Amino acid sequence: MNRISQKLQEDKKILSIYFSAGYPSLNDTVQIIQDLEKSGIDMIEIGLPFSDPLADGPTIQASSTTALQNGMTTQILFDQLKDIRKSVNIPLVIMGYFNPMLQYGVEAFCQKCAEIGIDGLIIPDLPVDVYADEYKATFDKYGLINVFLITPQTSEERIRFIDSVSDGFIYMVSSASVTGSQSGFGNTQEAYFKRIGEMNLKNPQIVGFGISNAETFNQATQYAKGAIIGSAFITHLKENGSSKIGEFVKTIR
Amino acid sequence: MSYNVNEKGYYGEFGGAYIPEMLYPNVEELRQKYLEITAEPEFKAEFNQLLKDYVGRPSPLYFAKRLSEKYNTKIYLKREDLNHTGAHKVNNTIGQILVAKRLGKKRIIAETGAGQHGVATATVCALMGMDCIVYMGEIDIARQAPNVARMKMLGAEVRPALSGSRTLKDATNEAIRDWINNPVDTHYIIGSAIGPHPYPDMVTRFQSIISEEIKWQLKEKEGRENPDYVVACIGGGSNAAGTYYHFLHEPEVGIIAVEAAGKGVNSGHSAATSKLGKVGVIHGCKTLLMQTPDGQITEPYSISAGLDYPGVGPMHAHLAQTGRGEFFSVTDDEAMNAGLQLTKLEGIIPAIESAHAFAVLDQKKFKPTDVVVISLSGRGDKDLDNYIDYFKL
Repeated sequence: MNRISQKLQEDKKILSIYFSAGYPSLNDTVQIIQDLEKSGIDMIEIGLPFSDPLADGPTIQASSTTALQNGMTTQILFDQLKDIRKSVNIPLVIMGYFNPMLQYGVEAFCQKCAEIGIDGLIIPDLPVDVYADEYKATFDKYGLINVFLITPQTSEERIRFIDSVSDGFIYMVSSASVTGSQSGFGNTQEAYFKRIGEMNLKNPQIVGFGISNAETFNQATQYAKGAIIGSAFITHLKENGSSKIGEFVKTIR
Repeated sequence: MSYNVNEKGYYGEFGGAYIPEMLYPNVEELRQKYLEITAEPEFKAEFNQLLKDYVGRPSPLYFAKRLSEKYNTKIYLKREDLNHTGAHKVNNTIGQILVAKRLGKKRIIAETGAGQHGVATATVCALMGMDCIVYMGEIDIARQAPNVARMKMLGAEVRPALSGSRTLKDATNEAIRDWINNPVDTHYIIGSAIGPHPYPDMVTRFQSIISEEIKWQLKEKEGRENPDYVVACIGGGSNAAGTYYHFLHEPEVGIIAVEAAGKGVNSGHSAATSKLGKVGVIHGCKTLLMQTPDGQITEPYSISAGLDYPGVGPMHAHLAQTGRGEFFSVTDDEAMNAGLQLTKLEGIIPAIESAHAFAVLDQKKFKPTDVVVISLSGRGDKDLDNYIDYFKL
């Protein structure tokens, strides 16, 4: 069974962390992943940096730009991760925009992910319809879970469609925003989390965008299976370097 | 073969809607409704009336006698530079703001390179009393100061794009992020024939008034609707799309596209996408795009802010790939000289974007009997500082 599916069966709220590969320094990737696992993180999203990250706010844009300036490429990331499964057991997901994957070759990309032991992908600008028509067979062949986003504006019909195509979890975007652009959740978000929770989808939901501390993590996971922290962790890396990761995680739970 | 968009939003392998889920409700609403809205008799009446009385259409088709003599062929200029706001861009912004109103939107956002689309958007927002925010690269704000002042005077807020190359590509990224953050009340008026489906087709349809007029105007002047060639400059490609539209399926009409080569196609400072681009995804569509082997989008360069874009619209990528369009690359120097030449021979100062189209006359030999229609997409007032600097006037 895929490590993601296994993890989702555990009776606990999932804490997942996103960071940009190659940030703050090119060769920090593996160390950060290992430290995150030691700190008790349940799942990691490894950001494949892109020059034009449309869905990201200033923090992740800046970390992506730095990673690219550090020399990060798709091939270097795969090289860095080639022995990752000798030391890391938690689920690993690559999150990146579609164009770099398209240039690498979607099938070659999936094959490489499977070889390394990557469990899933999140590709914000690959729409679910295109995926279902053109790429699902390839992802299935390599045992990769593809994760789709829903937002407060996503219609119920489309959520049901996304649920039917998904085979892991649904990435629930907390509010209409790019990453890292709000502080705290209000009644609107609560109602949205509850509404989705009550849809009884086959895939559990993990909330992302706007989770920055213990309070927002607890709010988000009241109805959802877990939550993802991105920008707040990158800000921590920016201020403290790649040491002290455990201290950051302790402030969340 | 069809050169129009198919029902799934593709031109051959190009196009589609590669958008984050956050944009899906807006783009899908537009996709479902744009054809229906623009086909309504009341919509058409309002659109046509504004084009006539507000924009000043039809724009003249002018026989350029002295230019024709110099190149020993028959050259007509489609005078989009005479439109209100000084370029073809307003054809599309009028159409889109009427669509936005019918969708119940209250707030308009736009990206701009040269500032022409920003001005055209700010203008229609003033006309309709709607809030307007224009994203513009910091570099472009500096090199197109008169247009920035116009937008502000028209009541628009001009927000600088500070990321990447700080030009059109980055302004587009910022506009898309704004739309993600404001998914309910906002319409994004894309100015070029780019973006997720249905934008390339919608923009092309609004701009197609250019070729529609060329047909009857040429019939009056030459006794035939079809020229031998239509020529236009291409950044994203909106004036080109409008200039070609009614000739795409007329095989006797040659389609000529002129891209900005900047300091030279292989200089590393260029925006010649058909020569340097590979298939990729940018700003929501699959098209030809300048990128590294690793799929990072390359920073383009052109002296002309409106052509300084690393991709072309998907319709044009298809024209390039199928060979239906003949693509030329023109350097900064060639474009500037062509602009000065047009000024001296015909008394018309073109926008530097449009000047690129005229430089093709030195690259391709036309026959004396050929009728060549060149899209003079914008006027050069906004570029006076650039002309003065370049020629030390």
